Amino acid sequence: MECLKEQDVDTVFGFPGGTVIALYNALYDYPEINHILTCHEQHAAHAADGYARATGKPGVVFATSGPGATNLVTGIATAYMDSIPMVAITGNVEKKNLGKDSFQEIDITGVTIPITKHNVIVKEISELADAIREAFYVAQSGRPGPVLVDVPKDITIMEGEYEPEKPREIAHQNAFEKEDIAEAIRAINASEKPFILAGGGVIAAGAEKELHELAKKLNAPVTMTLMGLGAFPAGDEQYTGMIGMHGTKTSAMCASHCDLLITIGARFSERVTSDRAKFAKQANILHIDVDPAEINKNINADYEIMGNAKDVLKALLPGVEKKEDTAWMEQVRHWKRSYPLDRATRNARFPKKVLQAMQDEAPEGTVFTTEVGQHQMWSAQFLRIDQPRQFISSGGLGTMGFGLGAAIGAAVGTGRQVVNIAGDGSFHMNLQEIVTAVKHRLPVMILVLNNNVLGMVRQWQKLFFEQRYSQTTLNNPTDYVKLAEAFGAYGIDISNERDLHAAFKKAFAHKGPVIVKCDIHEDENVLPMVPGGKPLDDIILDLEK
Amino acid sequence: MIRRYVLSILVKNTSGVLSKVTGLFSRRGYNIRSLSVGETHDPKISRITIELIGDEAILEQIQKQLAKLVDVVKITGLRSKSSVYKELVLVKVKSSAKKRASIIELCDIFRTKIVDICAETMIIEMAGSPEKNDALLKLLDEYGIIELSRTGITALQRGAVSIHED
Repeated sequence: MECLKEQDVDTVFGFPGGTVIALYNALYDYPEINHILTCHEQHAAHAADGYARATGKPGVVFATSGPGATNLVTGIATAYMDSIPMVAITGNVEKKNLGKDSFQEIDITGVTIPITKHNVIVKEISELADAIREAFYVAQSGRPGPVLVDVPKDITIMEGEYEPEKPREIAHQNAFEKEDIAEAIRAINASEKPFILAGGGVIAAGAEKELHELAKKLNAPVTMTLMGLGAFPAGDEQYTGMIGMHGTKTSAMCASHCDLLITIGARFSERVTSDRAKFAKQANILHIDVDPAEINKNINADYEIMGNAKDVLKALLPGVEKKEDTAWMEQVRHWKRSYPLDRATRNARFPKKVLQAMQDEAPEGTVFTTEVGQHQMWSAQFLRIDQPRQFISSGGLGTMGFGLGAAIGAAVGTGRQVVNIAGDGSFHMNLQEIVTAVKHRLPVMILVLNNNVLGMVRQWQKLFFEQRYSQTTLNNPTDYVKLAEAFGAYGIDISNERDLHAAFKKAFAHKGPVIVKCDIHEDENVLPMVPGGKPLDDIILDLEK
Repeated sequence: MIRRYVLSILVKNTSGVLSKVTGLFSRRGYNIRSLSVGETHDPKISRITIELIGDEAILEQIQKQLAKLVDVVKITGLRSKSSVYKELVLVKVKSSAKKRASIIELCDIFRTKIVDICAETMIIEMAGSPEKNDALLKLLDEYGIIELSRTGITALQRGAVSIHED
């Protein structure tokens, strides 16, 4: 516990059990550490993740051995895929019982090798403090990620010498040379049609100011990945909308017409590039990433700079010349006018109205979390995200059930209003955690866009599986208002489009958790859409003309 | 171009380090042809030698991904021209009294050792480059190989250089 305090930990999410009794016993003496008890370990992990995404500090989660530890797995994997700093501390059976298939024994370090940045089992009390220090260091340094420390029960009971140490300064792990910067500057200054693609790495590095400065100097269009939303203000006229499978046509056009793609802290996921061989093939690629392994992994870079986005941009900016030529941006504006999201997603007019009405009424600084599915993509498209850490969503793993835990973590971490946008499918994966939000009177609103189907899968069935809607019709008989009341929350059912603003006003006025349920039609689609593996040029703008 | 590469990896001797290294290969779909592991003169550090098949792009990814593992201390690619590759093979062959002399003759040519012998079989120990070992194994196959065990390549760079230097 002293180590946690040393690392400036103020909040821990978790759930006790047999092998962590001693850990929780120690916690008893540390009222300054706020422990949030969830109903299920998975959501404790998502909460720690949401806390980290909202605050930038590492999230901490405790769980017991066996099922407690395995319940963390989805949460750890979610954080791993999105490079979120998290430290998970699990108990394990006593050393003498390890490897004997003891009660609630699981080799959690073995299980989590592929989904942690690092993990370790501590077998000597003398190694515990350093293992925890290293966990916090590794979780935050370079490209962030989750670290798991597994501690056998007897080690948690033992007392060891503790010598306080200052946390190590987090290294940015820059590996760029002056020459890399000079070459990149030459490429940028020579470019007539630069296009900036910003990802989560910009947010992780806190490089939004530098990104903004670069964009303004170049007068270049800017797109973002799902993970990058908030790195550049959505309200800015240079923003072309998200890129990728459900990105805008303008962003797709920019990708296939630019002469230099400046990619900052993004990893060219196939949800962004679709057909890798055809992605931005006419352009030179400048790839800036803190993780050297990302460079040339999915897309080969013509110019590469390995380093923290903020440090790299700071090094680049003085050499970048201000662009006076406006022809490229004129072209981009023309595309934006020709292909507005509105037109492309004619079908999603109502979800858009709901989301925008909600945002109109939301207090300044509201944080948005999402579950996974159609509602997530609509949120990414239609919410106006102007600040980093304002939009929290499971991008890489695509974890249904992520949002509510994340909302709880974000609310605890920031004290701000949080809205978790959910579909009825995702809602039923984590609804028990409403209890957690109620117990802590957290300012969390769950907006359920209820279409009675698993909309995103259904959309694929509609497009690619001859409308054979196998197992995607839910029609759950849930009464959301009664359910909210049963859990001690406040429930609102929006049944009339005209009530939208009034309903959200009422919902935001309520102190504590609120569930707002709004019915939408099952055939609302997420558009535009680039079918998986197809080039960005094959973007589908409208399904029903 | 698909070819063979040999990587020498220094790792911290922690529990699970071997799973972390080999898991990376299977997870990302890289092929390990052989692998050998042992402690170095520093008992806290082990050395893993991996022989793998792939192209330059795969090799670049493997090295970068390995470098991200906290327990990996150092990775060096060992080129065949500037390194010594050795592999130990124990092979048990059928060796009736009639065939014994010709097998022994073969072993002499290849400068291998016979480490066990009985009326029907013998065990031959070879320590050479994998290519040389393959050549002898091919010849021995005609006599009937009963079983064999190979350690996989272990290797060191020639000359005064050391993996422990920066």
